[in-house]
Amino acid sequence: MWFMTLRIALRALGRNKLRSFLTMLGIIIGVGAVIAMVAIGEGAKATIRSQIASLGTNVLIVLPGTSVQGGVRTGSGGVNTLVDSDAKAMMQELPSVAFASPALRRPEQVVAGNLNWSTLAQGVAPEFQQIRDWQVAEGRFLHEGDMESAAKVAVVGQTVVDQLFGNDDPIDSVLRIRNIPFRVVGVLAPKGQSSQGTDQDDTVMIPYTTMQKRLMRITWVQSIVVSAVSAERVQEAQEQISLLLRQRHRIGPDREDDFTIRNLSDIAEAASASARVMAVLLGSVASISLLVGGIGIMNIMLVSVTERTREIGIRMAVGARSRDIMFQFLVEAVVMAASGGLIGILLGIGSSVLLNRVAQWPTLISPEIVAVAFFFSGAVGVFFGFYPAQKAAHLDPIDALRYE
Amino acid sequence: MSEVIRVEALHKTYRMGDVEVPALRGVNLTIDRGEFVAVMGSSGSGKSTLMNILGCLDRPTSGKYFLEGEEVGSLTPDEWAHIRNKRVGFVFQGFNLLARTTALENVELPMMYNGFAGKQRHERAVEVLSLVGLEERLDHTPNQLSGGQQQRVAIARALVNRPSLILADEPTGNLDSATGAEIMSLFQRLNAGQSITVVLVTHERDIAEYARRRVVFRDGVIVSDDKKVQEPEGL
Repeated sequence: MWFMTLRIALRALGRNKLRSFLTMLGIIIGVGAVIAMVAIGEGAKATIRSQIASLGTNVLIVLPGTSVQGGVRTGSGGVNTLVDSDAKAMMQELPSVAFASPALRRPEQVVAGNLNWSTLAQGVAPEFQQIRDWQVAEGRFLHEGDMESAAKVAVVGQTVVDQLFGNDDPIDSVLRIRNIPFRVVGVLAPKGQSSQGTDQDDTVMIPYTTMQKRLMRITWVQSIVVSAVSAERVQEAQEQISLLLRQRHRIGPDREDDFTIRNLSDIAEAASASARVMAVLLGSVASISLLVGGIGIMNIMLVSVTERTREIGIRMAVGARSRDIMFQFLVEAVVMAASGGLIGILLGIGSSVLLNRVAQWPTLISPEIVAVAFFFSGAVGVFFGFYPAQKAAHLDPIDALRYE
Repeated sequence: MSEVIRVEALHKTYRMGDVEVPALRGVNLTIDRGEFVAVMGSSGSGKSTLMNILGCLDRPTSGKYFLEGEEVGSLTPDEWAHIRNKRVGFVFQGFNLLARTTALENVELPMMYNGFAGKQRHERAVEVLSLVGLEERLDHTPNQLSGGQQQRVAIARALVNRPSLILADEPTGNLDSATGAEIMSLFQRLNAGQSITVVLVTHERDIAEYARRRVVFRDGVIVSDDKKVQEPEGL
């Protein structure tokens, strides 16, 4: 029965090939547009997400808290409560934390040969590279061995290379900070300006242990830079860090934190919200065209029911029940919508691949949206085919037979 | 003989705007199994209306219709569809075949609505098409067939589900007299050989001659009902 009905439907559609195709075109364009638009939207979202991730939106900065001494409140970082083992503990104990690195920073006058340059000296751990997603252009980044031995090695930013070494290869040359000689082991890839407009490449990175012992002569750390495993888990990481530090610093329940945690997630939220708005916008425009395609199907099915009134009468006269007629026309509408959907899916995937290749637009085709689009086109067939099918099923056999 | 059709006080009134047009005004008729009845009358006498009611295509305004002893007036539309499918074969003046569809598929059509398997359906369709002498024309579409051949396909379609009753509404109306005679002798053969009850509507006296009983309508009532005493000549 199913097979027969399907065959009848295909034959009926085959009799008016051009008309069936034009009707399907509405669905083809609708589904194709949904697929392509969502692919573009998703692609844009993914690009924005990765760009934001490179800004460090999953990054948290832990600073020592404030203290009040004789009524004078220090700014944040006024107490010396953070130590490097806090950073290690975060990495080991918290599942939401990917990397954590102590970060000490101070402007220093750096000398190489007969040139000198004032730059920002940063004492960091090897994890700092992953946290900031900072590539090394030449040589290597700092490693764990450098931390243990408080090695006098440095990785320099591009601006420092330009100012102190010119066109010479900086690797293995010596630069001096406060008369302490450091061997240059790596050059950072240029990163450009930060969102605050400071030149991120104007820096020298040395092991944080070296910074603590040889330059600053302190045992604590100025800050800890942390990256959460994903942008979505920043909040979770923040809460976990807070709990961990209160525990490690033995802070009673009624006392304030001796640290503060800052994050950049506001930027991430704003950006992903705008990407989401764009995806919804594109998707809804495309859905409207799918709806218009459905109306086209309904229109043609109504025409078809009128044209085939006599056929309906004949079928009823030889024993077709209302539901047989209904089913026949419904199957026809669904076949039209679903095959239109199928072609539309191919078209949508094709055009988003083409956009990606030719126009270099980032596109991302999600299997879910393909499945949803196919299901939806079938549903459009049922929905818009229902009324015409109902109309056919409720014809009076005598009137239908007499219809000219 | 058991009765196939019994109608009692059958009325049918059509409504044309505000005017009520009576088509049947109290018809009583009983037809027994194996009869060959011609229903005659001028156009507008109500004979086609009666046929539509007998064929379960239309409902009477009042009165009772018993088909093989069963009151069918109170049945649901789906049950009516089943009667049209299995128990009554209808032959129309205008053939009413599906266009662009082969003779074989036209004959298979009624079997599609009662769950025959494809192979059975095919075999049975070939069988009845052979019975009406069209075994050579299985794959011809209606526009490749003559009027007489088309009417034979329609008769084969009416026969395919082995109904006990065939209703034919002016079956020769669109045919020349020679072809009409062929069709009528086919009905005779079916009536005698397969003992199928045949009721046909016609306004042509010589067509009515093929039947063994003639019922004449005028203005919605039966004015004469006479059975031929002698059997019709052989097949």
